[in-house]
Amino acid sequence: MKIVLRELQATRRGYYQLLAGLVVIILLFGATVLYIEHHGHIVTSMNNQIVWGLPDVFAVFLLLSATGALSIALLTSFFGKAEFQPMAPLSGLLAIAMLLAGVLMLMFDLGRPDRANLAMMNFNFKSVLAWNLFLYSGFAGFTAFYLWTLMARGMQRFTLLAITLALVWRIGLTTGTGSIYGFQVARQAFDSALVAPMFIALSLSYGLAAFVLVLMLACRSHGCQIGDAMMARLARLQAIFIGVGMYFVLVYHLTNRYFTRHHAFEDFILFNGGVYPFLFWFGTVLLGGIVPLMLLLHPKIGQMRQRIVAATALVIVGAFAQLYVTIIGAQVFPLVLFPGRQVTSTFYDGVINPYTPSLLEWMLGFGGLAIAGLIVMIGLKLLGFLPNRLDDAAIEMSLAKPVAVAT
Amino acid sequence: MKHDHNTPQSDPVATPSSRRGFLGVAAVGMAGILLAPGVRLFEIAQAAPAVGGASSKVRWGMLIDSGKCASGCTDCVKACNTENGLSGGTLPTDSQWIRKLDIKDTHTGAIQSLPMMCQHCAEPPCVDVCPTGASFKRADGIVLVDKHICIGCRYCIMACPYKARSFVHEPLTHQKPDVPRGMGTAEACTLCVHRVDRGEQPACVNACADAGHGAIIFGNLNDPESEISKRVASYPSRQIRENLNLNTGVRYLGI
Repeated sequence: MKIVLRELQATRRGYYQLLAGLVVIILLFGATVLYIEHHGHIVTSMNNQIVWGLPDVFAVFLLLSATGALSIALLTSFFGKAEFQPMAPLSGLLAIAMLLAGVLMLMFDLGRPDRANLAMMNFNFKSVLAWNLFLYSGFAGFTAFYLWTLMARGMQRFTLLAITLALVWRIGLTTGTGSIYGFQVARQAFDSALVAPMFIALSLSYGLAAFVLVLMLACRSHGCQIGDAMMARLARLQAIFIGVGMYFVLVYHLTNRYFTRHHAFEDFILFNGGVYPFLFWFGTVLLGGIVPLMLLLHPKIGQMRQRIVAATALVIVGAFAQLYVTIIGAQVFPLVLFPGRQVTSTFYDGVINPYTPSLLEWMLGFGGLAIAGLIVMIGLKLLGFLPNRLDDAAIEMSLAKPVAVAT
Repeated sequence: MKHDHNTPQSDPVATPSSRRGFLGVAAVGMAGILLAPGVRLFEIAQAAPAVGGASSKVRWGMLIDSGKCASGCTDCVKACNTENGLSGGTLPTDSQWIRKLDIKDTHTGAIQSLPMMCQHCAEPPCVDVCPTGASFKRADGIVLVDKHICIGCRYCIMACPYKARSFVHEPLTHQKPDVPRGMGTAEACTLCVHRVDRGEQPACVNACADAGHGAIIFGNLNDPESEISKRVASYPSRQIRENLNLNTGVRYLGI
C-alpha cells in the first residue's frame, strides 16, 4: 500500500473541541485588539521605556518558527531527502500559518492598526521593517506556490523552482527579522551582525520543534503511525538544530563579553539582572538546550515518543525564554548615553526599567498562537496535507516510488 | 381598458426608460455635489500664497553650555510642555520631549546638568528605520514625524540613540493647533518648528535666557556669521554618543 496524502480523516470530538477552544481565544484576541485600539497602549504594560513588549516576543517566535517549519520541505525538495516527502506539505502549511499569525500579531500591536494599509503604500526602502513586508509576502507566496506544485497534477516540474525561491526567501526573511534588532546601533544588546545568523540558527530549532509537535498531534488524530526510524531521524535533526542554536547564542555572548563597553549589559543579562539571568540560564540554556539534548541523544530515541514530545515542548519553552531575554532584556537595560558616568532624569535614564506583561499582552500573544493553530486545523481538514502512512515500511517503499497525491 | 393600457404608468417600455433617465440625472447631480467641493478646494489651494519651504542652505542647530545649565532648573522643560501642549507628567507612559539629565562621573564624582532632547541628527537612525517614511528630516535639518502616515510601530523609538522619542499612549485633549499630535503615533522635539518658521526661537531657548542662564544658543549652523557658528568654531563643542557619527544638530559645551 503506497503513501497517499489525504484530508484529516475520521474527525473526532477532540478536533472540534480544540477548534472551539482556538476560536474562543481568537475572539478574546479580537476584543483585546479593539480595547487597546480604543484606549491606547496605556492599558498595556508597555511604555516609553519598554517599547516592544510581550506581543513582540510572540510575534518573533511565530516568524522564526514559520521559517524553521519549512525545513522539512526544504530537506525534501531542495536537498533531496526523499524520506521526508510525505511530510513536506504539512511543513509548508505550518510555515504559512505561523507566518500569517506572526504578521497579524505585529499588525495588531501597532499604535494605529487602522493605518496598516499605509505601510503598503508608503515605503522607506532603507528601513528593514519595510524590506520585511516584501519578505513576508514573498515567503508566504513562494511557499503557497510550492504547495501548489506538490498538490496539483502536472505542476511537479515547478517544484524545484518553487522550493528554491522559498529557500532564498526563508533565509532573507529570518535575516530581515534578525536585522530589525541587529541594525539598531543605539542598543547595547543589538548593534551586532551576529543577531541575523543567530536568528536563522534559532529558527531551525524552534520551527522543527513546532513541526514535530503538530505532526505527532495530527497523525494521532489522523490514525497514521509514525515509524520509529522516522521519529529517530526527526529527533536527531532536532538535536543538531538545538546545538547550532546554542552555538550562536554562545558566540553572541562571548563576543559581548570580550568588548569592555558591553560588560555592564552582559553582567545584567547573565548574572545580576534578576529575572533575566534566571530566564537565560534556567529557561534558555537548561530547559531549552541541555535537557532536550540529553533527552534526544538516546540511542533508542525513535521508540520514545514521550521523550520527543517533552524535548520539543521544552525547546519551545526555551524559545520564549530566549526571545524574552533578547527583546525585553535589551530594553530593560538603560541606554548608555555617557559611558562611565551615572545618569538620572525624569525619563528613567540610567535605571533598570521594570516590566511585567499585562493580561492583555498575554491575550494578544496566545491569540497569535491560536490563529496559527486555527489555520493549520482548517487546512488539514480541507486539503490533503497528511499522509495515510508514515510507518517505516511505507517510507522504505515510497523511496522506490514517487508519492501519490490525492487532490 | 385599452386606453388604460396605454397610460404611461403602465407602459412596460416607458418605465425603465424614465428610470434610466432619472438615474442619469441623479448621477450627474451626485457627481456635481461630490466634485464641486474638491474643485473649490483645488481653487483655494491654487490661490494660496506661495510659502517658501525649508531650505538646505540652512541647518538649524543648538549649542548647549552645560557649564551654564543650572542643576535643578527645569524652565526649559516647562516651557516646552506649555508650548507644545504636553501634560508635563513623568509616568513611564508620558511623553517627554525634553528632559534634564543629571550626570555624575563615577570615577571623579564631578556633577553636571544638561537638557536632552531630539538631537536632530544629519543621519538620523529614526528616519532610517521608519517603514513608511513618517519620520523624516526637513531640508533645514529639523527631524519630524508626519502624523498622517505614522503607523505606531515604535521602531524609531527603539532606534533613537538618545531616548528622545515618545509614544502617545492615550487619547489627547486640549491640543495646540500648531503642534499636531495623535494617540498611537511617535513624537519628539520639533525644535519648535512652528516658531522657527515664524522667525522665532524655540521655547526652551527663550525660557533659558529668561531664567538668566542663557545656556542654549539657537541658530543656523550653515551661516558663518551666526552666533552659534562663531561659538562652535571658537570652542570645542561635543556631540553626545559622538562615536555613532550622526552629525547632530544639537551640540554641547563642557561635557
